[in-house]
Amino acid sequence: MAIHPPENKLWWNEPIEKTEIIWVGLCLIWALIMFFMMPYWHLFGEQNLTNEAYKVEPEAHVERAEAMADKYTVREEGDTGIPVVRPPAGSDVFVVARLWEWWPILELEKDKTYRLHLSSADWMHGWSLQPTNLNVQVHPGYDFVVTVTPNQTGEFAVVCNEFCGIGHHTMLGKIYVVE
Amino acid sequence: MTAIAQFRTCPDTGFKVHSAAEKLIKANAVAAVVFLLVGGVFGLSVALTRWQEVHLLPADWFYLALTAHGLDVLLVWIIFFEMAILYFASAILLNSRLATPWIGWLQFWLMLIGALITNVAVLQGDSSVMFTSYVPMKASPLFYLGIILFAVGALLGCCVFFGTLIVAKDEKTYEGSVPLVTFGAITAAIIAVFTIASGAIILIPTLLWSVGYISHIDPLMYKTVWWAMGHSSQQINVSAHVAVWYLIAAVIFGAKPLSEKVSRTAYLMYILFLQLASAHHMLVEPGLSSEWKIFNTSYAMYLAVMGSMIHGLTVPGSIEAAQRKKGFNKGMFEWLRKAPWGNPAFSGMFLSLVFFGFIGGITGVVMGTEQLNLIMHNTLYVPGHFHGTVVAGTTLAFMAVTYIVVPLIWRREIIWPGLAKLQPYLFGFGVAGISLFMMGAGTLGVSRRHWDIAFSDATLSFDYPAAAYLMLTLNGISAILAAIGGALYILIVVGSILFGKKRDEAAAPAPAEPTAAAATSYGSAGTAAVPGTFMLALIFFVTFVLYYFVNWKYLAETWGVS
Repeated sequence: MAIHPPENKLWWNEPIEKTEIIWVGLCLIWALIMFFMMPYWHLFGEQNLTNEAYKVEPEAHVERAEAMADKYTVREEGDTGIPVVRPPAGSDVFVVARLWEWWPILELEKDKTYRLHLSSADWMHGWSLQPTNLNVQVHPGYDFVVTVTPNQTGEFAVVCNEFCGIGHHTMLGKIYVVE
Repeated sequence: MTAIAQFRTCPDTGFKVHSAAEKLIKANAVAAVVFLLVGGVFGLSVALTRWQEVHLLPADWFYLALTAHGLDVLLVWIIFFEMAILYFASAILLNSRLATPWIGWLQFWLMLIGALITNVAVLQGDSSVMFTSYVPMKASPLFYLGIILFAVGALLGCCVFFGTLIVAKDEKTYEGSVPLVTFGAITAAIIAVFTIASGAIILIPTLLWSVGYISHIDPLMYKTVWWAMGHSSQQINVSAHVAVWYLIAAVIFGAKPLSEKVSRTAYLMYILFLQLASAHHMLVEPGLSSEWKIFNTSYAMYLAVMGSMIHGLTVPGSIEAAQRKKGFNKGMFEWLRKAPWGNPAFSGMFLSLVFFGFIGGITGVVMGTEQLNLIMHNTLYVPGHFHGTVVAGTTLAFMAVTYIVVPLIWRREIIWPGLAKLQPYLFGFGVAGISLFMMGAGTLGVSRRHWDIAFSDATLSFDYPAAAYLMLTLNGISAILAAIGGALYILIVVGSILFGKKRDEAAAPAPAEPTAAAATSYGSAGTAAVPGTFMLALIFFVTFVLYYFVNWKYLAETWGVS
């Protein structure tokens, strides 16, 4: 029994039952398939995070976002006048996560590619695009470059999905995707 | 100094039971159950808050309760219980005295004091930082101090365990190799040492930072090292509850492992690869390369996952072999149909096995795939997954083994046998519901650790689909079911310890039939193979493959990310 020492002291010499060998073989093949799916997707899939990230001072990141907003703001929204920024396709787009907002609101074009720079001005946040359900972690001090290509038009929300204090559940952002 | 060790011989199993070991097992198990109660109450209040129509707690209390829930059940209940398992698997199963019982007591008190300090810190309201306490969010220094003391205690427990192994070997209390269950406990203890070391490496500087001696802790480094503790400690649980599965199969059925070699190799794969799991939490982080993510998240090509899949076959396989030997040979599943489904130790163990594999295991691998993590990270899918592993898997297995431990160690009968019969089903299916409905909500994008999915106080607005609300309602109902099962467990265990009928030392019948104990050398010798188990394994396999590729399809439909 499993609660007693093996009766055969040379248990490592015992033959293995056929069912077990088949199962182990099956598991090994499946393990390798799952492993190679990840590099395969890097080569042939459309959804892969880059390894591109930089160290950045929170203040510097906020400044870059403000400079971008000054240049490309098309209108303002909400009671607090959050700028809606429409950056040119292919450009660097700076997004600030801070207690408790995603700043600014973006307006992107469908099927165009944008280099989002995600970073936090204070604590850790989670960039969660809804209802698409795309989720990326945002750290203070790190500028994470995530290149996105929206494939649908419409109004998208950015929910914060990393706990960031008592206002966490009010932290929302917005992205519009237009033709 | 060296008092002569006091032993009694267990009339049921013939094991020599060291009284110091027995006392420590009791103390740790009782502490575990008390914290299960506390953590369980917090957990229920969290689920009832997520249920939008009930929305029980205000936001500050919700985040406080969620922090306390994670700490008290994921850490305190489970590690206390694991200390009891370590002492049981070393001193009792090896018929040995426990090495240095006084260090064992130091373990107990340090862990208890540590757990109390952290709980007080959380209840004071200035440490609602979640179990993970990601910097730069700061908790009170007491919060970190308590966890550090708790971890030091656990490390001492591992030392006593390893010491006992040496004592048993020296004093030749057993012959040949250690039993498989002890081997599993060794695996758990080795991983525990790695885990606690990682915890010390990150929490000690964090404590110093919280009192102002260190100015900055890098959040990415914190998260990487913290999860080397946080996730690896879940691997302690896996090793421990797989050992418990083997233990229950042995006690109830007299089951032998199909092959010692295969089962032990599967454990070895845990030791070699499970500690890479920190990467599971780092798949969508900046600053880490894809190569690092892929190698680590797959536990080096999924070799540790393979270990679990092997146990998934060998545990029910050993039961099938034992049952067939007893004559339950009809068809593919007579052995399973005629298993003692009314015995809570068995039903709890078997549900734990099935839920751990189908709910916890498959989803864990899917979520831990580098790119698939993009559509799941930090959503409610994550807690959905780990309630499948650590509650439906570990906690249910520990509950099941309690129904064996109380009669053997406390020498008391289980009170309310009718309710005890029901308990694993209530808790098991309740937790399975919690798991599935949280994963359902997560698939719909609902964030974890989130007080209000209606965003009523937000400047902007967003509406989750109505189905998400339904999922959270069903989650709340499942949580009530699980809470009833959990409360029953606590009542039955405490009631049995205090008021259970004392068992007659001499006349107690052996629960396990050690029939033909020496007749065969391994479980499947002389019997047919285990076709029923193989069929179950194949069903699992097909489910796994289908679910895996369905998620790739979901991923392929989202925005391009590069």
